Amino acid sequence: MSWLSDNRVWRSIVRHGFPDSNRNRSLAVVSNFFLHVHPVKARWRAIEFRRTLYLGGLSAACFFILVVTGVLLMFYYRPAVPHAYHDMKDLEFVVTAGLFLRNLHRWGAHAMVALVFLHMTVTFFRGAYRPPREFNWVIGVLLFVGTILLSYTGYLLPWDQLAYWAVTVGANMADATPVVGEKIKFLLLGGHTIDENALVRFYVLHCVVLPYLLVLGISVHVWRVRKDGGIHLPPPEQP
Amino acid sequence: MLLDDLKLPLDEAESERRKFLGLLGSGALGIAALGTGVVTIRFLDPNVLFEEEARFAVGRPEDIAPGTVIVLPRQKVYVVRDERGFFALSAVCTHLGCMTRYERERRGFACPCHGSRFDVAGRVAAGPAPRPLRRLHVAIERGQVVVDAKKPADDDFVLKIA
Repeated sequence: MSWLSDNRVWRSIVRHGFPDSNRNRSLAVVSNFFLHVHPVKARWRAIEFRRTLYLGGLSAACFFILVVTGVLLMFYYRPAVPHAYHDMKDLEFVVTAGLFLRNLHRWGAHAMVALVFLHMTVTFFRGAYRPPREFNWVIGVLLFVGTILLSYTGYLLPWDQLAYWAVTVGANMADATPVVGEKIKFLLLGGHTIDENALVRFYVLHCVVLPYLLVLGISVHVWRVRKDGGIHLPPPEQP
Repeated sequence: MLLDDLKLPLDEAESERRKFLGLLGSGALGIAALGTGVVTIRFLDPNVLFEEEARFAVGRPEDIAPGTVIVLPRQKVYVVRDERGFFALSAVCTHLGCMTRYERERRGFACPCHGSRFDVAGRVAAGPAPRPLRRLHVAIERGQVVVDAKKPADDDFVLKIA
């Protein structure tokens, strides 16, 4: 294998030796952009499945699947009243693997809402929201709201009866906000009824604004877990 | 400015000058940010809408027989002609805003979302709806029955026809 690593190109990309020493193993993590949020060393107790049930990681994995399948669906879907429903049907019946990708996106979304909720539940009952992790709990709540809003905005896009009426009900909940409710609903829908404007607004929120905010939020969330010394652990049991 | 030109520590006047310039700069930035925010919100508030007209004519009163219920799905309005005269109802359910459906054989309106039912006068007959269907203003203009969906009317409003 030395032909692969014994040249200038490899050394320009990877700046440490083979991870056979503790030093090189540390460098493999801290000098890698994708790994550097992780600690170089983790205690076994901290990565046991039963501590977290890996729910945070699974939520993030769902988000990754949703971004990939979502971007693929965007190649066929046009957010316009004459096209939206038919493009969704085309994806289901005409496009190769379209049905699979759409269903993966749909079920992934359901799973993400459930996993994020369970992740919050475990965090709560483990007391992992306590200092110094208080603010990370707050970020977590915002991420939960972001997940729900992504679910809600995505719901309109198939432009079928279920989508239309579910979003009608949701928009009327916004309408029920004291004083500013009517204005919020108007800005959300871009009009008084769910029509072209509303479809484009939900599309932009669903595909650009909310995913961007969620990526930002997840980054800070994971970074803070690292800065707070990894996941919350109970004090070690006395022998 | 070279680092040597800083002449640290700063004297009183220079320190004050920098504080003032700093305030001026952040103030200008703050005003610009506020303006950007306001204009962005305003940008998202559409000026022209391609929605149905709120005021529309449904026909000449003498052509509409008593007992008729006119269903206007695009305007989301029912126009009812009973023995006394005309009244108009919003077809939007008062529970969570779904569009109700006219059921001719039961002489009433039903909401498919959560099962609310209304009689032909708009009164709640069943289900979770908290209020009767909204009545809308009706008038005769140039021999036509005209509904104004923007103008609410009392729950017992009827445009009497002599």
